[in-house]
Amino acid sequence: MGMTITEKILADHSGKKEVYPGELITAKIDLAMANDVTAPLSIKTLEKYGIDRIFDPEKVALVLSHFVPAKDIKSAEQAKIVREFAKKHKIKWFFPEGEGIEHTILPEQGIVVPGDLVIGADSHTCTYGGIGAFATGVGSTDLAYALATGEIWLKVPHSMKFIFYGKLKPWVMGKDLILHTIGQIGVDGALYKAMEFDGEAIRDLSIEQRLTITNMAIEAGGKNGIIAPDEKTIEYVSARAKKPWKIYQSDADAQYLEVYEWDADKIEPLVAWPYLPSNVHPVSESTHITIDQAFIGSCTNGRIEDLRIAATILKGKKVHPYVRCIVIPASKSVYHQALREGLIDIFLEAGCVVSVSTCGPCLGGHMGILAEGERCISTSNRNFPGRMGHPKSEAYLANPAVVAASAVLGRIAHPEEVVKLEELEVST
Amino acid sequence: MVIRGKVWKFGDNVDTDQIIPARYLNTSDPKELAKHVMEDSEHPDFAEKHHTGDIIVAGRNFGSGSSREHAPISIKYAGVPVVIAKSFARIFFRNAINIGLPIVEAPSAVDEINHGDEVEVDLDKGIVRNLTTGKEYTATKFPQELQAILKAGGLMEYAKQKLRGNA
Repeated sequence: MGMTITEKILADHSGKKEVYPGELITAKIDLAMANDVTAPLSIKTLEKYGIDRIFDPEKVALVLSHFVPAKDIKSAEQAKIVREFAKKHKIKWFFPEGEGIEHTILPEQGIVVPGDLVIGADSHTCTYGGIGAFATGVGSTDLAYALATGEIWLKVPHSMKFIFYGKLKPWVMGKDLILHTIGQIGVDGALYKAMEFDGEAIRDLSIEQRLTITNMAIEAGGKNGIIAPDEKTIEYVSARAKKPWKIYQSDADAQYLEVYEWDADKIEPLVAWPYLPSNVHPVSESTHITIDQAFIGSCTNGRIEDLRIAATILKGKKVHPYVRCIVIPASKSVYHQALREGLIDIFLEAGCVVSVSTCGPCLGGHMGILAEGERCISTSNRNFPGRMGHPKSEAYLANPAVVAASAVLGRIAHPEEVVKLEELEVST
Repeated sequence: MVIRGKVWKFGDNVDTDQIIPARYLNTSDPKELAKHVMEDSEHPDFAEKHHTGDIIVAGRNFGSGSSREHAPISIKYAGVPVVIAKSFARIFFRNAINIGLPIVEAPSAVDEINHGDEVEVDLDKGIVRNLTTGKEYTATKFPQELQAILKAGGLMEYAKQKLRGNA
């Protein structure tokens, strides 16, 4: 019987020829990752059990990303615990504050490569499936165990397949395809499952936009999101890989629990209204909603391509006087690249606030918390009650073009309302 | 083990931001976390008004969202002995088992348990009894390996016992 890409990676990492959905396996990991919120708990656990050595310091990434640069003394203490641990154990992939968000850094710097098995103490670890790795989020105890042993117990997930046919309409991005998926199957529609994405529209997407899709697999309850590597993946990885990689593909006769087939050309830019990522509406039905804040950033949509498209909208425009627009490049190298390309100038001239790389406002951490009753449109991934601030604030999720257009008009807006496509084509 | 307690009832999709909002994640001290448990949920007064031994009963997809282990930790250290839900989000499920917080999947029971009911859970037999209505329900059985981890009191305790040859 054929296997899916997820099953093949799990089989290879557990020393088996084949694995079956439902089977419990012990898998060897290629990379274990944690951040300033989750690592301190893992470190305390290791200390409690007197474990003084790490399975392989070259296979560990520790990233200070959430509450840094430290927003208060307690956060500084947490970061300090991680910093000292990284120093003590000579952790190879330690990224201090400002380097960026783990899910942007690790693929960008070629620390995660296709075929890897990665576990991370952060739910958006599933992002790395965008380059054909098996990656899943775990908690701090799982991570502590993995740091000690280099292994993790996993239940082999059933796979679901999502095929997008056709071409995307203008201003429709990877974000809209994943919002469409979650809107269709619900926030637990892929609970414990592997979500595999394929089809012409997926193949047409850049690697960055594919990473946006797999990033939000967790928002449908998925164990992992994955897109089998192709020439684009190989080109992306070749330019940055820090180690050899292995390409896996699903067999033609692989078994899927469910297969969804959608026409991508019928999808328009979408907005997930509060308080679930599955509460999805077309932008055209959302234009009556006024906003107080617009946030462009996060591990979902804070990469260079996201900033470029936002800048396309904001160039020569002004952010609405009653709106604050916060732009946070998701890594230092994204920030640097945006600076070189003049994007930061465009944002500042439009009246945006630009900050050092951090997860910041996405999780209501810092750098743009919402007050009671305030409303934010955001390129991030969650719109739960209180996610971005006060329990009675509201977050709307959309792609960076929609968020930028909304920042200009002060209400949720289609990019076409701000920039005419014909004008763009003439000018470029 | 048999657990008995009074029910606090919650709806579907109680996410980890509702269980322990990110504004409190600048500490990993269990006692501090427990002070804010369920603060952004439909029962924001839970931390203040619940009694040790009270049980959380919720709908589908309990613990969705973040991987923060602070969520099950805040529940455990608030003295909640067990969470009953129709289903659990994947990472919360792992985390609860790994830290030794008993969780029970009993979809049929949840609809017929009301806020304030008295409930009894037999963890070994996988049975939920609503003592207020007298009805009994069967819980979903977990694989043996997971039961062993829960019984040991969590993943690290399990690993320790296994290394010593006790598990």
